[in-house]
Amino acid sequence: MKYVDEFRRPELIGKAREEIRRLIDPSRHYRFMEVCGGHTHAIYRFGLKDLLPRNIELVHGPGCPVCVLPMGRIDDGLALARQPEVIFTAFGDMMRVPGTHGSPLEQKARGVDVRIVYSPADALKIAEANPDRHVLFFAIGFETTAPSTALTLKRARERGIGNFSVFCNHVTIIPAIRAILDSPDMRIDAFIGPGHVSTVIGCRPYEWIARNEKKPIVVSGFEPLDILQAVAMLLRQLRNGEAKVENQYGRVVPWEGNRSALKALAEVFELRPYFEWRGLGFISQSALRIRDEYAEWDAERRFTVPGVRVTDPKAAQCGEVLKGVLQPAQCKLFGKECTPEHPIGALMVSSEGSCAAYYTFEHRKAAVGAP
Amino acid sequence: MCLAIPGKIVEMLPGDSAQALVEVLGVRRKVDLGLLEEADPGRVGDWVLIHVGFAMSKVSERHAMEQIRLLEALGETEAAAIELRQGLEAT
Amino acid sequence: MSGVARKIRFQDARVEMAHGAGGKASRRLIDGLFAPILFGPSWEPLGDAARVDVGGARLALTTDSFVVHPLRFPGGSIGELAVNGTVNDLAVSGARAVAMVAGYVLEAGLPTEILEAEIRAMAGAAARAGVTIAGGDTKVVEHGKADGMYITTSAVGRVIPDLEISPARVRVGDQVILSGPIGDHGITILLARGELDFEAELRSDTRSVLPLVEALARAAGGAVHWMRDPTRGGVATALNELSLDCGLAIAAEEERIPVRDAVRGACELLGLDPLHIANEGQLIAVVARDSAEAAVAALRETPGGEYASIFGEVIAHPAGAVVVKSAYGGSRIVDMLVGDPLPRIC
Ligand code: SF4
Repeated sequence: MKYVDEFRRPELIGKAREEIRRLIDPSRHYRFMEVCGGHTHAIYRFGLKDLLPRNIELVHGPGCPVCVLPMGRIDDGLALARQPEVIFTAFGDMMRVPGTHGSPLEQKARGVDVRIVYSPADALKIAEANPDRHVLFFAIGFETTAPSTALTLKRARERGIGNFSVFCNHVTIIPAIRAILDSPDMRIDAFIGPGHVSTVIGCRPYEWIARNEKKPIVVSGFEPLDILQAVAMLLRQLRNGEAKVENQYGRVVPWEGNRSALKALAEVFELRPYFEWRGLGFISQSALRIRDEYAEWDAERRFTVPGVRVTDPKAAQCGEVLKGVLQPAQCKLFGKECTPEHPIGALMVSSEGSCAAYYTFEHRKAAVGAP
Repeated sequence: MCLAIPGKIVEMLPGDSAQALVEVLGVRRKVDLGLLEEADPGRVGDWVLIHVGFAMSKVSERHAMEQIRLLEALGETEAAAIELRQGLEAT
Repeated sequence: MSGVARKIRFQDARVEMAHGAGGKASRRLIDGLFAPILFGPSWEPLGDAARVDVGGARLALTTDSFVVHPLRFPGGSIGELAVNGTVNDLAVSGARAVAMVAGYVLEAGLPTEILEAEIRAMAGAAARAGVTIAGGDTKVVEHGKADGMYITTSAVGRVIPDLEISPARVRVGDQVILSGPIGDHGITILLARGELDFEAELRSDTRSVLPLVEALARAAGGAVHWMRDPTRGGVATALNELSLDCGLAIAAEEERIPVRDAVRGACELLGLDPLHIANEGQLIAVVARDSAEAAVAALRETPGGEYASIFGEVIAHPAGAVVVKSAYGGSRIVDMLVGDPLPRIC
């Protein structure tokens, strides 16, 4: 597979590992945060921990849109889904996330019209095919996914499709990184920057991390070689006493981002004054809402949304895990009350959630002492 | 946080919005090219990064090749590696 | 597992879709609710078929229900699946299907044309698999109460003399063999539903695996310790069940697992793992090391087994788990799936 297999070549991976060994200071401990859940998934999926020196600790960050969504938003979305005229559409990622009264998939099994879509454009297509129903798209995602929702809303308006609306849960990554850096119990040496978000926002929005916080950050791709190379680049900066933004993922990330996608975002969305993140609490200007010009397609304005607020069980330590203060297995519920089959937190559901990734790929390996 | 993979534009589809058929290992799907930079829209034969049915950016063959060259040069001669590294940073 | 009466351990308040998806939840339902009530204290881990001795003849018995949407898909249809699936359950238990009965639940309004096509499909599949359809039963339910049609098939088979299939026979060092490329059926169905709007030249691999089993029996006989057709839940689920049942571990090498390009492409696009995708015409066999090469050679000469390969080995640790190793030295645990594979975007 072009642009994928090249970046899994074993002999190059060997070389990248040697480079890491050359650059590392064996006497110190490194804590690198991979901001993006896609990296978390790739690290476990490719078994990269086996390939990195033991004194590099990878700390999982908040970049998992499903994990940071408060349960109240899911309850709100499902309350709308239960209205008889509504077809509730969402990405497969949402389907097993528990709400107070079950997940979207469980609601579907009880007869609620819940459908999985691959693209927001497919949700719009369902609306066109079912003019007597109302199609609600439960939108999640960071700046990578938000432009697709924006363009879909623009197309809905152009084509005058009135039986379609978006329940918008889009969030932005920079305020979340800021919240983590502001948290007093946090110690991170450097960041592996999100790859696909950066195709949209580019590399400039990270400059403050290097300038003000004096932390290196390397925007990285998702193949094994990308991540190893990014680690080597971070080590080199640390060795040289530098802190700058570097772009390892130049093959798809332009330094300036994607102006056309940013324009679509600005046309359709504006910043919410504040938004609740699961585990991180309220963060100001950290999420998007639909502009007045598109109010007709905004589910939060078309319907009466219950505005449910649910507090997570006290023992659940999703917030600490999201911030990287605790490793998944350090949560009191991990592997006991909370498992992928009976998840308490969304971190145990999403394939990007560090708890699910750790549970599936790592936990038993560690528990029985794999060779 | 977002699954995106490279695919090749194999056919432009008729209509006013920019739609194309994109192929990944023989699997084809309609992809919306409307988010690509206006100055550099997609053409048949281009590789694009696909996320939720939209092309997010073009894949740069040159950057990909350079990255591989750089990785290949690792551990060869230090001078060659430095040269390549600078080359990559300048692009 | 004998001696003590088994307690009901199934705690879920309701049946959910996941209980039928062939992964962990299905196993919990069977082990925790069905087995303790129906099979009593001396119950052995459930294989794909039950063994009974009738007047000296060693027979095997199995049943399976088929629910698939759409009813027809590239490479097959529900009728063909219903015959092949049950023939295969017997085959991987080391038995040759002899006679089959079928039960149909039909939705009122189903066009006769479709029903006729499925009956013909069953007749064709039965002829190819060498099994007689000896009887059946039909019920019709109201429109909206069944997805077109459901079929249940039950069959009895004669045990193939040279084969003895049991997780208890699996040993450290045994080789794990796969008969061919994985994921064709599951991805074909996913795409045939049309909701994802993906197109690919893919066909379901539904077929009788009996010829493959017979080839193994001839080439390796008693050295074949365990077999399974990795249907729902895919290769990952079959191997996890094996590792749990034999108390050992399975180490698989990722690049030796055959996967067609289009299956891989769809999996990359949808964030799925081919190891979790259903197959309807593949076979996993665990064979003693000395006989493994001969077993693979025999499979390769059998139609449907052209791409057979050794892709893994039974190891001691981590007991009860499946470890997949990549060509570049990374490793990961592959678990059973929770529920059906769902496309994801993150
Ligand atoms: S184990 Fe469960 S409760 Fe604990 S942090 Fe992870 S998802 Fe949250």
